[in-house]
Amino acid sequence: MAIPAAIYGLFAGPDSADRAVNALQAAGVSRSRIVVMSAEPFGEYSFSQAEHATLMPWLAVLGGVIGGGSGFLLAAYTQVAYPLVTGGMPIVASWPTGIITYELTMLGAVIATVITLLITTALPNWGAKLYDPEISNGKILVGVLDPSDDARAELDNRLRSLGAEQVKVTAPKAPR
Amino acid sequence: MALKTPEQINDDLLRPLSGTSGPYLIALAFLAGIVVAALAAFLWQIYAGLGVTGLRSPVFWAFYITNFVFWIGLSHAGTLISAILRLANATWRRPVTRCAEVITVFALSIGASFPIIHLGRPWLAFWLIPYPSERGIWPNIRSPLLWDFFAITTYLISSVTFLLLPMIPDLALVRDRALGWKKKIYSALALGWTGTPKQWYQLETAMHIMAVAVIPVAVSVHSIVSWDFAMAPVPMWHSTIFAPYFVTGAIFSGIAALILAMALLRKFLHLEEYLLPIHFENLGKLLLVMSLLWFYFVFSERLTGWYGNESSEMAVFWLTQRGSFSPLFWTMIFCNFLIPFPLLAIKKFRTITGTAIASATVVVGMWIERFLIIVPSLSHKYLAYSWGTYRPSWVEITITAGTFAAMALLYMLFSKVVPIISVWELKAGPREAEHPATALAQINEAGAD
Repeated sequence: MAIPAAIYGLFAGPDSADRAVNALQAAGVSRSRIVVMSAEPFGEYSFSQAEHATLMPWLAVLGGVIGGGSGFLLAAYTQVAYPLVTGGMPIVASWPTGIITYELTMLGAVIATVITLLITTALPNWGAKLYDPEISNGKILVGVLDPSDDARAELDNRLRSLGAEQVKVTAPKAPR
Repeated sequence: MALKTPEQINDDLLRPLSGTSGPYLIALAFLAGIVVAALAAFLWQIYAGLGVTGLRSPVFWAFYITNFVFWIGLSHAGTLISAILRLANATWRRPVTRCAEVITVFALSIGASFPIIHLGRPWLAFWLIPYPSERGIWPNIRSPLLWDFFAITTYLISSVTFLLLPMIPDLALVRDRALGWKKKIYSALALGWTGTPKQWYQLETAMHIMAVAVIPVAVSVHSIVSWDFAMAPVPMWHSTIFAPYFVTGAIFSGIAALILAMALLRKFLHLEEYLLPIHFENLGKLLLVMSLLWFYFVFSERLTGWYGNESSEMAVFWLTQRGSFSPLFWTMIFCNFLIPFPLLAIKKFRTITGTAIASATVVVGMWIERFLIIVPSLSHKYLAYSWGTYRPSWVEITITAGTFAAMALLYMLFSKVVPIISVWELKAGPREAEHPATALAQINEAGAD
């Protein structure tokens, strides 16, 4: 995967980054083409809130149900596969089966959560992508993907006027 | 802490990752030497058999199982405490969580190795796993030892992911500053993290779900460890309060280990501006509560036994109160209650030094407590003709010392490769403190989704 063509600005703080995102949207840039990156979460800002949707809790519950079901079947089958002499008591003992079922329910929920996280965040992704190491120093990247050649100059001016400390451009580049 | 810029926070918290001092290397070599000695002792035990230990009829569980219970208990330092503080939205938790979560992963790994060390033929440990073998024999699901396998596996996987997930943004931070081969390694470990709002939201949601899931798992783990004992008709073991008693002891020793680790990190990694007196003060209060709760359980368990006046129970009871195990029993009471109580209850003493001293005594006291639960009961079971005693051999002592050294060694190595304080969480802290309602609403929203 190649680095996408983009023009982006590095902002000092979330307030100016938020203003920039809103201004870009107001100028007609679609939200799907606006990219934001930061070194910490800014959940209270509008530029983050567009991403606030996830099925993760439900998938965790589903993982728990699958894990619990597997745990029950494993515990029950293990007891049936090598039946001990129980003196008339049930071969499948309910309390120990319940414990194994419980543990694997939680394990299923945890594994489902991790898998969902990796899929929804597209991780791992070691390929070339839009990024700037300045983000680690607290800068917030606000950029526009695939700007047309005509719009670049205007976007450059707009980002600077909105408070970008630096404006950079990336051209499509194949990964090394 | 005075507000620092992101660059200053990066500089401070990534400093321990660059360069190693002479004393650090000497300490590392010393600890590695003890670990190697323990490995040699274990190899000798494999070669010569369990006869080289002090395990004799009727005491077949002693140092190794004490270590197993102790380390599993200590593992409650991290994931459980961190999860509770996350859910309680305690903003002061931020510099503490990773220090705590690392303890869990290493202590749990060490603890889980003891049932294997304790096996006469450790290479057959996989027989514990239910799988269709050609022998046609399946493990007995009714045995609490098998419940341990499932509980510890679940807790270990949960704890490792609970530690690793919030590490990803910090590994990306280290990646951005690293050069050469280090950059390649950290790039691989950071998984290509870029910090988009979507990634942050998904990560925080995942951490919230994990925190909810990991608390009952942690409680179940030490409950199941307690049932290894409580399900057996052995004097002073067959008790209904063992599960909450063990869980309380586990959290108690876990908080103590966390305070101790934080005090050492603060001093040796120069994290004075991040691990503040308020962290020790708050954790000291928690330790005080747990000390009182632990004493309440010990008192209640002994009082019930004493009132029952059953002869076999009383034999073990008096063995620990006035008999050959009494020096250990009273040392335990001093270490777990009489020393920590004044140090933690009187505000003047609840300093970093005070809480660290109290924590050190609690760690010692809790190891003794585990030993006293196991050995006196096994040495004095129902029939007096089968009574016996136990004396640890050099092999058991060396392996025990080796695990403490291994814990310190792993912790030291970890703090050299990963920021021991979560950098991104720390940076987000002051903003969240300014807008606690917003932050809380955000977390609640994550849960509602």
